[in-house]
Amino acid sequence: MANQKVSQDTGDLVLNRISKFYGDFKAVDDLSLTVPDGSFFALLGPSGCGKTTTLRMIAGLEEPSQGTIHIGDTDITTQKPYRRNVNTVFQNYALFPHLTIFENVAFGLRRRGIKDVKTEVDKALALVELGHLAERKPGQLSGGQQQRIAVARAIVNRPEVLLLDEPLGALDLKLRRQMQIELKRIQMEVGITFIHVTHDQEEAMTMADTIAVMNQGKIEQMGSATDLYEAPRTAFVANFLGQCNLIKAKVQSRAGGKAVVTAKGHTFEIPLSRVSTENDSILLGVRPEKLRLDDKGVNSIKDCVVTDRSFVGTSTQYLVRTPWDLELVVFEQNDEGLHDLHVGDKVSLEWDPEHTFGLDGAQDVNAGADLDDEE
Amino acid sequence: MTTTAIPMPSLSHRAKRWISRNLIRIYAGLAFIYLFIPVAYTFAFSFNDAGKSNLIWQGFTLDNWKNPCGAPQVCSAVVNSLQIGILSTVAATILGTMIAFALGRHKFKGRSTTNLLIFLPMATPEVVLGASLLAMFLNLRISPGFWTIVIAHVMFCISFVVVTVKARIASLDPRLEQAAMDLYANERETFRYVTLPLVMPGIAGAALLAFSLSFDDFIITNFNSGIVSTFPKFVWVSSARGIPPEANVIGSAMFFIALIIVIVGQVVSRQRKKS
Repeated sequence: MANQKVSQDTGDLVLNRISKFYGDFKAVDDLSLTVPDGSFFALLGPSGCGKTTTLRMIAGLEEPSQGTIHIGDTDITTQKPYRRNVNTVFQNYALFPHLTIFENVAFGLRRRGIKDVKTEVDKALALVELGHLAERKPGQLSGGQQQRIAVARAIVNRPEVLLLDEPLGALDLKLRRQMQIELKRIQMEVGITFIHVTHDQEEAMTMADTIAVMNQGKIEQMGSATDLYEAPRTAFVANFLGQCNLIKAKVQSRAGGKAVVTAKGHTFEIPLSRVSTENDSILLGVRPEKLRLDDKGVNSIKDCVVTDRSFVGTSTQYLVRTPWDLELVVFEQNDEGLHDLHVGDKVSLEWDPEHTFGLDGAQDVNAGADLDDEE
Repeated sequence: MTTTAIPMPSLSHRAKRWISRNLIRIYAGLAFIYLFIPVAYTFAFSFNDAGKSNLIWQGFTLDNWKNPCGAPQVCSAVVNSLQIGILSTVAATILGTMIAFALGRHKFKGRSTTNLLIFLPMATPEVVLGASLLAMFLNLRISPGFWTIVIAHVMFCISFVVVTVKARIASLDPRLEQAAMDLYANERETFRYVTLPLVMPGIAGAALLAFSLSFDDFIITNFNSGIVSTFPKFVWVSSARGIPPEANVIGSAMFFIALIIVIVGQVVSRQRKKS
């Protein structure tokens, strides 16, 4: 009976061409997205990219200026937050300070008129391994414990979609790593659709099945962590996820499944399947760990100079200047094949064509670089 | 004569060191003495075996405490003050809390003006407020008495309630209410189960403040009370002839009741923190 005030059908979450304007500012700009039922989905982007606004529209805390939101066949675009079967884990957890942990977790069940809450609450607390703290107040818990309670408080309601708004942002690095694994485990156990908003690319890659990279209210690219990292389609994605070397180049020919491009008199090959533009002016991209300090390959640059070197444990990072004064980043694994190079040493660079990608050359080479440390 | 390697510090030097170490305690002690001398004086003279005047110590007696209503009209004045205090506290707290929510939570035309106007009664001298209220009541042909006092007290208490409750509302994290809505609580349930309990300490504080302001008020009351007596008015009127020691008894009793409330509150909140 009481459950009927909340929509119950399950299915994919579909955002259809939603926008959100604040005056002249477009926080979310004509965004369409389908999140399959039961998946772990991440919205990744720098602060101010519109990811939190998108999340709040799904939660019902903001209403879209345009577009519709569906879960399965139900249109929830203008439904009140307490009518939709969506729960949120807030950035600062937003636990009710005047209620015990037990009552915090029981809150949603009680509001839906469920009389026997004890079994469900105990189960939820057991899931986050904090059953022994049921009688405490939120103020007596550590940040990590509060975080788990926030998850339990949302999950106990068995929502169709669980929204997580930067839930690990306030935790220290070690605890964050631990909670990433924990959240992943909980998601697999309960099978609810998780939508995780974060500005931390590593967090998104660790946890999510599918990542949507957002920038300026739009989705730049969507795919698995591997897809986004190995085959980015925009300079923003290439730079925002990890580090990337981008070289301005011109396409000379597209034949035999490969594109031949030139940059400052050097010729490089890229598999055509990895060129995401029809434009002849392109950005040739290659990840730092794919570069080798050698000169045998098809794609190589000779007469480079090491300008910086830093040892970071698992690898050594070099900055290498090309003959035309472009600085490239090179990661070399610290194993037996290590070249022990120093600043000023002459080197050559080479890499495999299949590790190369071609992006539209009309973009800013630095788009998305150095953004992920903000906030 | 023997000479010691380390000379003993001189007496004045040690005294100086002692003073510089305990300066803050001495200062605090003096401040407390300054604050509590009037209370101690009132308390002591509540035991005075006063004849006509309670100005000169004439011997110890417990009679005043055994019969605090001994002086003519003192207890009816106290009862009036309590009734007025409770009525104006309830009215001012309810109205003030509603205004505070409106100002703290909603955007409407004239909000900043209202914010400013709410402060005005606090800034206006009480004599002026009292005199103009009396003029208003007389113009409306309402004869001053019990209810005009209540109306006047509600008026000046509201400002204090609004300011106190609004501060509490402002410190409330709006995400808590969003979380409640997210957890299936509609607007009314969100208010009932989250907003109100969290704002409650502010409302309680505002009510206590309103009561003490009302109970204590003399100036505005004196203008608008007609023949009705309140406790402050009783003390003022009788001061011409000499304040009866019963007034000291009632004053001291009020002080100790307030003290007990504060101590109980502290103990309860400390125990709550521990558990």
